Amino acid sequence: MTDIASPTVRISARPASATRDIGIKRRYAAERRFRAYGIGAISLGLFFLALLLWTVVSNGYTAFQQTTITLPIEFTEKVIDPKGERATDGKVLMTANYPLLVREALIKQLGIDASKRPQVKQATDMVSASSRTLLRDIVVADPSVIGKTIPVTLLAEANVDSAFKGQIDLNVEESKRKVKDQQVTWMNELASAGVLKKSFNTGIFTFGASSRPEAAGVGVAALGSLFMMLIVLVLSLPIGVAASIYLEEFAPKNRLTDLIEVNINNLAAVPSIVYGLLGLAVFINFAGMPRSAAVVGGLVLTLMTLPTIIIATRAALKAVPPSIRSAALGLGASKMQTIFHHVLPLAMPGILTGTIIGLAHALGETAPLLLIGMVAFVVDYPGSPMEPSTALPVQIYMWANEAERAFVERTSGAIIILLIFLVVMNLGAILLRRRFERRW
Amino acid sequence: MSTSLLLLLIVLIGFISYFAGRARSLAQANGKLSNLHSLPGYHGSYVAIWAILPAALVLGAWLVAAPMYIDSSTRATLPEAVQTQGGATVELALGQVKSVAGGLKRLTTEEISALESGSANLRSTLAAKGVALAGEGEPYMITAAQHFNAMNATNRWLMSAVVLLIAIAGGVYAIRNIATRFRARNQVERVMLGSLIVASSIAILTTVGIVASMLSEAGRFFTMVSPFEFFFGTVWDPRFAAAGSGGASGQFGLIPLLAGTLYIAFVAMLFAVPIGLFAAIYMAEYASPRLRSTAKPLLEVLAGIPTIVYGFFALVTVGPFLRDISAQLNGLVTGNYQNFIQAQSVVTAGIVMGIMLIPFVSSLSDDIITQVPRALRDGSLGLGATRSETVKKVILPAALPGIVGALLLTASRAVGETMIVVLAAGVAARMQINPFEPMTTVTVKIVNQLTGDLEFTSPQTLVAFALGITLFVITLGLNIYALYIVRKYREQYE
Repeated sequence: MTDIASPTVRISARPASATRDIGIKRRYAAERRFRAYGIGAISLGLFFLALLLWTVVSNGYTAFQQTTITLPIEFTEKVIDPKGERATDGKVLMTANYPLLVREALIKQLGIDASKRPQVKQATDMVSASSRTLLRDIVVADPSVIGKTIPVTLLAEANVDSAFKGQIDLNVEESKRKVKDQQVTWMNELASAGVLKKSFNTGIFTFGASSRPEAAGVGVAALGSLFMMLIVLVLSLPIGVAASIYLEEFAPKNRLTDLIEVNINNLAAVPSIVYGLLGLAVFINFAGMPRSAAVVGGLVLTLMTLPTIIIATRAALKAVPPSIRSAALGLGASKMQTIFHHVLPLAMPGILTGTIIGLAHALGETAPLLLIGMVAFVVDYPGSPMEPSTALPVQIYMWANEAERAFVERTSGAIIILLIFLVVMNLGAILLRRRFERRW
Repeated sequence: MSTSLLLLLIVLIGFISYFAGRARSLAQANGKLSNLHSLPGYHGSYVAIWAILPAALVLGAWLVAAPMYIDSSTRATLPEAVQTQGGATVELALGQVKSVAGGLKRLTTEEISALESGSANLRSTLAAKGVALAGEGEPYMITAAQHFNAMNATNRWLMSAVVLLIAIAGGVYAIRNIATRFRARNQVERVMLGSLIVASSIAILTTVGIVASMLSEAGRFFTMVSPFEFFFGTVWDPRFAAAGSGGASGQFGLIPLLAGTLYIAFVAMLFAVPIGLFAAIYMAEYASPRLRSTAKPLLEVLAGIPTIVYGFFALVTVGPFLRDISAQLNGLVTGNYQNFIQAQSVVTAGIVMGIMLIPFVSSLSDDIITQVPRALRDGSLGLGATRSETVKKVILPAALPGIVGALLLTASRAVGETMIVVLAAGVAARMQINPFEPMTTVTVKIVNQLTGDLEFTSPQTLVAFALGITLFVITLGLNIYALYIVRKYREQYE
């Protein structure tokens, strides 16, 4: 209403010679503000991207280094096999008191009095409890080491590892931190002797699940993910391409094909967790497949990826110009021959790009895998897709729930590994598109 | 003969049939290929299809049907006393018989005869071979297990024989059909078309599978808890009943979960929509091609990052940051350094989810804004409007239906999102309006109810399917409506 009322007032107040005030200043200011909002929005989005990546990288890059302690371990027969039964009883080597070997080596190295219990305990706490299995594996693999002294590289305990990397504030009161002053002194002593040092952490790539951060790795989970990706690729690519060819090239336009189309578009937007429920009800409960197995995960992810691949493939088929089809048909090829010999090869770059993007999506998917029991503590490499395994993103989820500081580092490290896989796959897709895409 | 070996043999027969069919058609062509209706390869494929397809179908059907038949036949050999107890007892006995049958294969004949005469204990004998038996074995189980093993052995060789015979018969039949005028290509293409149709029906089957599996499990849930209690209950407290105690203890009210889901989705949209929309407008109307070609893919990287990474980001960065900054703010204002934002809260989950949604909003809206015809822009600019006025008064109103559709699609993402809320929203199911407190969502509860050991009989487990179907219906409704709007809008300018 004010719009109508005000001009009459203004006109009467304005001198006749002055230019009409159309509020150009105000309007340009609004224009500038509007642009600033846009720039602000884009920069905010990019800022969050940078923050996200920075959080992950700054927390995680140290996970690729691990503090190790190399000690000359004396494999004394008295400790490993006091009764000399190892030739007859295989269990002796498996159950021997290996931590004792580490303790003795530490006592010798640090020159502590073996009778002072608390001090000895502090010293042995510096070495990861995983040394037990490490030494056991050495002895079991080659029993002839018994009686010899060999330098063995042991993992440092997670807190010592953090302290050595400078992540623990040593100015805090001693009782409030997990690394004690005595241990820090020893740590520096060992470091200057060259016994304790940082080296590239191969363990994070090869180990399986562990409750101790220093002995936990993504190797087993990555193999589980690899199994699932293979299943997804082998199933979803042929099925997706076949379905798209039918829908794009053969299907008559009727109610049924319309229904399939709407259906596929909707399936692409169904929350991923619903696929997990489907997998649980159909594959595990109804078909009786094993829980936690990569094969079930692979099937669930296949169903989830199919709509993505179908949509990409149909777009790629649609982009092949009709003249190619007409030419082939004109030369006497059958419809099937036209499609499989001419249209499909031309559409292949687009199809593969879509497939890689679908696979990358499936690789990062977590929610459906939680429901089919992939949240499992798997220590050993699965030998086949039917065996219990876990997946890379699920491993990240499990570590994210761990309270220890060292697990935050491991989680970020695992995320970096996952993101590198995704970047490589997406770059591959982009390169493929750049290299082979044809504009008609 | 193992199933995989059998499959390998069938494939081998198919391979041989291919070359046999090819050779025969070549022989019939008399050295002149144009005598043939179809290329020799099609004749070969025709024969191979006849060799492989029927045999494989029979094999598949057999693998499904035979265990059922063997089970029922074994069930019939159980003593009357067991059979009259019905249902669960029979199944339990059958399961034990099967593990005994597995164990018997590892025993020597002397040990088996010792078992039959009753001089050896079944359980300890099997335990020595590494087969653990759930209960104390009964003597009748040995006879039943032997019956089971015998049936299985017969079944194995019968299946191998029949399937191989079908494969060979199929191949021979097809080879006899081959003639110069025989339309092998048309036959092969019919089979190809059939397989294409089967592949595209998998999409339908998936939907049917989702709906059917969830409806049936949810139906079982609703026999234990009334739908009214579920849909209108305001308390979520599914106490885990001890196994076997049965009955529905605990309350399964959907309302608090739905409230949390919608609240978090709302906060996320509140965060994502302005940023995403302004980014899209700038990208579509102002940005130079160079800025557009770098900023757009970079923003879309946000959509490619797995949601578990966002969850971790919320857990270690955003949550603690909000908690600490709220403590500082509170301290500055009141002098009491007590945080009023919890680390796990509606805002934490909402903001992080909002970051994830930015690229969805911006890409979808960008597409829609660029679709607005050039003439509308030119007309407005020609009349002296500034660019922002053109956007606000002409382009946005024209694009509004499409943008609403895009926002609905985004909202359905927010409702169905799982990993962020699992890590950032908390697990307490309560109804409150303070966004700084934790709330929980439908997806979180699905994950909670189904992680760990579970049996498919308790309402605590089955409720997840009722939640799932609710989620499915909500997102489906949003999607269908959004796609309808977007499609209608697109037609308007085409």
